Amino acid sequence: MSIVLAVLAGSLFALGSYLVMQRLLSRIIIGIGLIGHGGNVVLLVSGGASGRPAFVGDGEAAVSDPLPQSFILTAIVITFGITAFLLALAYRSWLQTANDLVEDDIEDRLIAREGALDEDVVDDEALELAQAADEAAQ
Amino acid sequence: MLVILVLHALVAVIAPLAAARLGRRVFLLVALPVAGTLAYAVANVAAVADGNLPTASVGWVSELGLTLRLRLDGLGLLMALLIGGVGVLVCLYSMRYFAADTAGLGRLAGALTLFAGAMFGLVVADDLLTLFVCWELTTVSSYLLIGWEDRSARARGAALQALLVTGAGGLCLLAGIVLIGQSAGTYELSRILADPPSGATVTVGLVLVLIGAFTKSAQLPFSFWLPGAMAAPTPISAYLHSATMVKAGIVVIARFAVPFASVGVWRPLVLSVGLATMVLGGVRALRQHDLKLLLAYGTVSQLGFLTVLFGAGFSAASTAGCAVLLAHGLFKSALFMVVGMIDHQAHTRDLRQLGGLGRAWRPTAVVAVVSAASMAAVPLLFGFVAKELAYEAFLDVGAVWATIVLAGLVVGSALTVAYSALFVWGAFRVTFAHDSSAAEAPPLVGAPTLAFLAPAVGLAALTVLLGLVPGLADSLVQSAAGAIAPLAEGVHLAVWHGLNASLVLSLVTLAAGALVFAERQPIEVASRSLGERAPTGAGTFSALLRGLNRTADRTTAVAQSGSLPIYSGVVLLVVAGVPLTVLLARAPWPVWPVWAETPWQAVVAVMIVVAAAAATAVRRRIAAAICLGAVGYAMALLFVVQGAPDLALTQFAIETLSTVVFVLVLRFLPDRFEHRPLRRSQGLRLGVAAVIGVMVTAFTIVATSVRTSPSIAQALIDRSVSLGGGANVVNVILVDFRGLDTLGEISLLVGAAAGIMSLALARDAAGRVGTGSASGSASGSARHPRHWSSPLLDPTVRVVVPAALVLALYFLFAGHNQPGGGFAGGLVAGAALALVFVAGGIEAVRAIVRLRPTTVIGSGLALSAATALVPLLLGHGVLSSAKGSIDLPVLGVVHVTSALAFDAGVFVVVIGVVAAILESFGPSEVAS
Repeated sequence: MSIVLAVLAGSLFALGSYLVMQRLLSRIIIGIGLIGHGGNVVLLVSGGASGRPAFVGDGEAAVSDPLPQSFILTAIVITFGITAFLLALAYRSWLQTANDLVEDDIEDRLIAREGALDEDVVDDEALELAQAADEAAQ
Repeated sequence: MLVILVLHALVAVIAPLAAARLGRRVFLLVALPVAGTLAYAVANVAAVADGNLPTASVGWVSELGLTLRLRLDGLGLLMALLIGGVGVLVCLYSMRYFAADTAGLGRLAGALTLFAGAMFGLVVADDLLTLFVCWELTTVSSYLLIGWEDRSARARGAALQALLVTGAGGLCLLAGIVLIGQSAGTYELSRILADPPSGATVTVGLVLVLIGAFTKSAQLPFSFWLPGAMAAPTPISAYLHSATMVKAGIVVIARFAVPFASVGVWRPLVLSVGLATMVLGGVRALRQHDLKLLLAYGTVSQLGFLTVLFGAGFSAASTAGCAVLLAHGLFKSALFMVVGMIDHQAHTRDLRQLGGLGRAWRPTAVVAVVSAASMAAVPLLFGFVAKELAYEAFLDVGAVWATIVLAGLVVGSALTVAYSALFVWGAFRVTFAHDSSAAEAPPLVGAPTLAFLAPAVGLAALTVLLGLVPGLADSLVQSAAGAIAPLAEGVHLAVWHGLNASLVLSLVTLAAGALVFAERQPIEVASRSLGERAPTGAGTFSALLRGLNRTADRTTAVAQSGSLPIYSGVVLLVVAGVPLTVLLARAPWPVWPVWAETPWQAVVAVMIVVAAAAATAVRRRIAAAICLGAVGYAMALLFVVQGAPDLALTQFAIETLSTVVFVLVLRFLPDRFEHRPLRRSQGLRLGVAAVIGVMVTAFTIVATSVRTSPSIAQALIDRSVSLGGGANVVNVILVDFRGLDTLGEISLLVGAAAGIMSLALARDAAGRVGTGSASGSASGSARHPRHWSSPLLDPTVRVVVPAALVLALYFLFAGHNQPGGGFAGGLVAGAALALVFVAGGIEAVRAIVRLRPTTVIGSGLALSAATALVPLLLGHGVLSSAKGSIDLPVLGVVHVTSALAFDAGVFVVVIGVVAAILESFGPSEVAS
């Protein structure tokens, strides 16, 4: 564990996050790759001081913690799987739109703009209730 | 008791099915369990009076201490008699009320049965949570019953309103129950009441319970749902909205009142709400033209009366409350039935149009007069007996608050007299008139048949009988009141208590009521002008509903902007902000670690950061991918520095593969990142990214320096050879100690491969892959040849690929003791396949793999899973490992463990996934 490694993890996360907040899918994928590396560094330092490789019977020197290493091995492979999957998404996006730009969701924009419309629909029922009760009251 | 509940549940299921065959006789089926309730209650009258309370309990979720606990006490018995008795009569009445061909009777009958069962459960529940469950069941079934006419928007609206109001109240009740139950340490009702907890928590709990009870029993300010609920068919109103459901809140108040009346807020809250409801309900009832609504507001008023009586929390008042409970059940359901008959025959309930019902209606009119007079507490009827008790109870207290309450009760009762008179006058004013006009007026509508009338006659007869001989109900009322509080001496039901103050009050009430009835026009005008200014409960309710919708819309507009960068930015900011706040709050910080453990660490870290920055900054797609690859290779170096050769190996192999996959996909996309975001949002992105970076750095430093117990690393290392049969501890962890995790991991990999293949190869019905817009730019891919054949590459591949495959197998077999393993081996083989692809295209890859990628992946996963499961068949735990040694001719003695088979499965899966990726992105002609 050292400050250098902590800063390294932080830098990888920062650069990766910056890329993830973009609209182009290929940049997002690269950002996810960087965050994956950053995560591996965090896992690595969680094992404490570095030492010799964890093999039984290789002498008496201090050994690196093997458990985080097996976590990282898993993480590396899974990051690869995710990267490949995201690339498939980008590929699909290219098939559909000839680009990998993630546009704003049109439906969501509509909901935001036409919330008033929606309100009227639900209000009918509330209005009925109120009218029924008002009639009753008079 | 349990049998009765089960019977209700059964009939509730059967009734909707049987309705098609039975028609309106389905109500006979409904009457069956309801009659069971009645019979059970009658059979236990003596036992309950003697104090031998029947109980039943079934363990429900014993781990949570949930028990279905039932106990029939006096109050429960009184309610059960009402539920059963009125229930049976309502069933008989319904058979005449509904036309034979009415649609949806099954639904109605099912919900009615469900309701009757839930109501019975509610009054006999001896466990707060059981009570809550029954409570909610009555809410739900009442929703179904009110909204039964599902084509009428008004019925649906009224049902929804009732559901929202009583449902919200139910939530309050639950919160209150939990608070009280936790304070008491038990949810058993009788134990809580015997030894009531106290404290601020209990006070809050009580107020919540009261709010729940107020919503259910239509107390102010929640009373508006009850008149709305008149959208239900009249028999249902007669049952739910007069005799049973609305009394649920009253029953809860009754049970809690005596032990908790001393809690500061109880009496002021309950008494003021009850009195206000009683008076306002009465005033409102006087303004109605619709007979059913008149009764509904009358019910609201009577429920206020009951709330006052039970909520006062002393024995004499509760005794009076029990008597009023019974009296109200009898007269109010009879009156509802009368309204139903008028509506059924005359098709109107408007008292301005009624009044011409002829002589044939006389029997009906007698029932109405008797019941209404009981409501008005006219002597010689049961309502009078009950009201006398109520007056007496408060007269005897002698405190100032009791006098105020008494005054309120007299005002409320006078109003009751007035609207009772209005009801009779409105419905039957000409029927009894002996002037010539009445005689000439032809009967406009036919009178109800005897069978239709009979249930109401039965109820009215009981009103008279108990009014004349109140002693008959004495023991019943006494035992009900005894269940609430120890009985006071000398409180008995009687017609004649002597010439005393309460009799005077009763007479004053009747006189005042008559005056109010005579002068109702000015009173109506005055109350109307007042009522228009005061906010109504219904108005507030719909305003609340509207406000909720508006808030939801605004929140949606802000939170769901539809922009991916905003979403990920918010997620990242939360991820960074929360831990950072905690870290800052948890100062002082631990000891600072060293700057760098070895110079190499610093060197490699700088390499990584430079490459990562380049990957972020460059504006060409392929360049960015290659920079990312550089980050990966540098990471592999870091793993070497940190003493993790397996990781380094895997990282090298996977980085090679990743770069190939990137290039395969990015070759289709535009060369440069054309889209440039706005400068303003750019600043925001940088800000969020900086916060993330600071958080991760700080988190890493803090998290790694707060270790409180030694790592389990040494234990794993010690057991690696003896248990796992391997010297490479990392590999032993992967394939043995944490083998199940690895199985999950390769399953995830398989899932990713399936997703990749379906995304890349999916075609629409016409066999096209995309929408066609891409096929124009597909010509762009013509820039890249189908594969990069070069004179140099071909021979290299011929040499390198077989060597790489041998190396892969070596990694697989040696991995247990040396650096390597299934992942590393599979990835090296995969990298070799990628090389083959580059040189010879997808056909060359197919020639080597032979099988389809899906087959390869499936068999690998099957091999690993089988290795994991075989020990289970042999009686060991999942993934137990075995080891042995084989003497091979050339290689000598080879130690083999079962983990090798597992690792081989991993190896095969990885190769299959690589093949699947190449198959997906490899072919350069996409649009076939």
